[in-house]
Amino acid sequence: MGQLGILLAQVEPTGGATAFDRFLVYLGRGLAQGSIYALLALGFVLVFKATQTVNFAQGAIALVGTWTFSMVLIDWRIPGKWLGDNKYVVWGSALITAVALAVVLGLIIERLIIRPMIGEPLFSIAVITLGLEAVLRTVGTDAVSINNRSIRVPWTEGDNPDSGFRIGSAPIDWSSVFAITAAALAFVAIFLFFRTRTGIAMRAVAFDQEAAMAQGINVGRVFAIAWGAAAGLALIGALCATMFPVGTGSVTAASAALAFRALPAVILGGLDSVGGALVGGLTVGLSEVFAGAYLAEYTGTLGTGFQLIVPYVVMLIVLLIRPYGLFGTPEIRRV
Amino acid sequence: MYGRPNLHTNYQSETSILPTWTQRALMSLLVVAMVLLPFNLPIINQLPFIRFIGDGDWIRLTTQAVIFAIAALGLNLLTGVAGQVSLGHAFFMGAGASASAYLGGQASGGTWGHGLPIWIWLPGAGITAGLLGVIIAPAAVRVRGLYLGIVTVGLVFIGIHLSRVLPEISGPPEVGRNFPALEFRWWREEAAAISFTDDGNWLWFDIGGNQKTYLFCLALLAVAILVAKNLVRSRTGRALQAIRDRDVAAEIMGVPEFKYKLIAFAISSFFAGIAGALFASFISRLSAEYWDLILSVEFIAILLIGGAGTIAGTLLGAFFVVLLPRLIEDFAGWMTEQAAGEGPWASFWDLFVSAGSNDFGFVSSSEVAPGAALPVSALDTLLYGALVVIFLLFEPLGLFGIWVKIRNYWKGWPFTY
Repeated sequence: MGQLGILLAQVEPTGGATAFDRFLVYLGRGLAQGSIYALLALGFVLVFKATQTVNFAQGAIALVGTWTFSMVLIDWRIPGKWLGDNKYVVWGSALITAVALAVVLGLIIERLIIRPMIGEPLFSIAVITLGLEAVLRTVGTDAVSINNRSIRVPWTEGDNPDSGFRIGSAPIDWSSVFAITAAALAFVAIFLFFRTRTGIAMRAVAFDQEAAMAQGINVGRVFAIAWGAAAGLALIGALCATMFPVGTGSVTAASAALAFRALPAVILGGLDSVGGALVGGLTVGLSEVFAGAYLAEYTGTLGTGFQLIVPYVVMLIVLLIRPYGLFGTPEIRRV
Repeated sequence: MYGRPNLHTNYQSETSILPTWTQRALMSLLVVAMVLLPFNLPIINQLPFIRFIGDGDWIRLTTQAVIFAIAALGLNLLTGVAGQVSLGHAFFMGAGASASAYLGGQASGGTWGHGLPIWIWLPGAGITAGLLGVIIAPAAVRVRGLYLGIVTVGLVFIGIHLSRVLPEISGPPEVGRNFPALEFRWWREEAAAISFTDDGNWLWFDIGGNQKTYLFCLALLAVAILVAKNLVRSRTGRALQAIRDRDVAAEIMGVPEFKYKLIAFAISSFFAGIAGALFASFISRLSAEYWDLILSVEFIAILLIGGAGTIAGTLLGAFFVVLLPRLIEDFAGWMTEQAAGEGPWASFWDLFVSAGSNDFGFVSSSEVAPGAALPVSALDTLLYGALVVIFLLFEPLGLFGIWVKIRNYWKGWPFTY
């Protein structure tokens, strides 16, 4: 929330900062934060729809992914070194490469670790992702702690950084716009994907694995698609969270914790609902930012950093009222 | 029933903890070995591989394993026996530790404490955590499976936040406070009646503080094992297992789901609270950030590596997970020594050890050079993560499953089935 202070500092000196301007700043930030959560939540939902399990390694995959992105962009310059000097082209192409690599990582994990576990208790599969999380997080944390790994966001780089625009006197930064756009695109893509043949196959697998298999659907392929897509989404989400001013602008081990903060969003919306991931993500992001901003005067009572706890409290309340989230499919318990 | 140990003629003999004489003999041996473990025994300290036994450093670690085993037994009742996924075990341990600090700690500049004796703060820690478990339990009836797991993840974060709201109980963030020492007092008198941490002599033995702490924790573990074992083999345990295997079917058979989930949560968190208080007191100064998700995952790892649902497996898992990092650390140190030396295998070990930033290797024994080679402290997190994955993939029953396989092989020998 330190960065929000910077933004507000930009609001105040203009003199015309009204309560509405402040609200706009919070709204923009909340939507951006919510979009990040929604992206990660979407990954959770896809994996849950395909494999009926929670992928606790999502955050660790995000960490390894952002690290790879930084390597691709700065150290290896693939394919940037062949594409000239336009920073936007270089950055965009590196993003595509890194997403491809993250997808490959997701596919490898699925093939080597998740596929052999088909038929095992769901709890075991969830725990195996916890073990995976420990491995990837350790490797990732070690990798990013060598030195400051920047992600060199093009709009904050160079001689003439253009970090955002203003609505009235309320500054909205491009990083937030990027996060919101990325989330919007991802959700549109997933909704469209569910209309395609493969997407329908995935919905069938989510409904009943054995029945889907009996219809000739390649369940393994559906698993692979879900895990690959989840890994890609994790990278994009974590990247948005790393960008200044949402994050610090360089890759940190905190990316691994991001997915655990996105968990309330998933649960809120329901583990198997794509729309729920969007609603849950935005709700959690907005409530986090608004609680942090408007309840700041009660920090003494609530404790510093209480806004990070707000999502969990919201999640607990929602779960006690609706045990399968707002949009999740209730498990029908028949005798 | 000499010669036919598996012939049970009554129910009592079938459900007894140690049904055969072999098991009774082995258990007595194990108990004797565990009690003698901390003492620097004259013959054992000359033996090649186990001469470290009795070494002060190892005793501290073994004590930690004993304390973790108590907590793991609690989680085993909840997750292994009753089948309720909980990633919030660290929360309950932290709650126990906080309660012990509040009841038994000394009040000083900004922290609360009543300085009460151990016979109040230790059960108090367990009861506080147990009550919290009772509060959480209704959620387990409403929220099932992985949803419950995620709710309990939330608990851990909420718990750490609460510690920041109440620094009077848990001490300043990242700093922590002093926890009550393991000393027996009748009331708040100056000198402790029995101290479990000071060097001194008991009866006619000279005995060090570490040894005393170890023996005290071992006694508590023995009680915990008995409680857990008796629970599992009694009506309550059977009810919990019925709920684990199929909750709807259990209810039809007349097992009240709500009541038994409540019991499972209460007992599990009671164990966690006791272990948390013990551990905090054992470490003596601990910040609340210690009780985080990684610790919860470590307990899940203990359970799965050992073998979920079994008491012996849980104990094996606790010792394995706690002692393994140290073994690896020692092994890495030994490899570094070998690589630096002149022996015939020096270049072989050099493949694994990274001495500096430009040297190839998987492990670096120094913490100063993060990079491609992992520091030893990171390696053990990585290892238990990897072990969880490997055990779940290849041996879902854990170490206990391996033991059962070996036992069955010899039981049926020379037949292979």
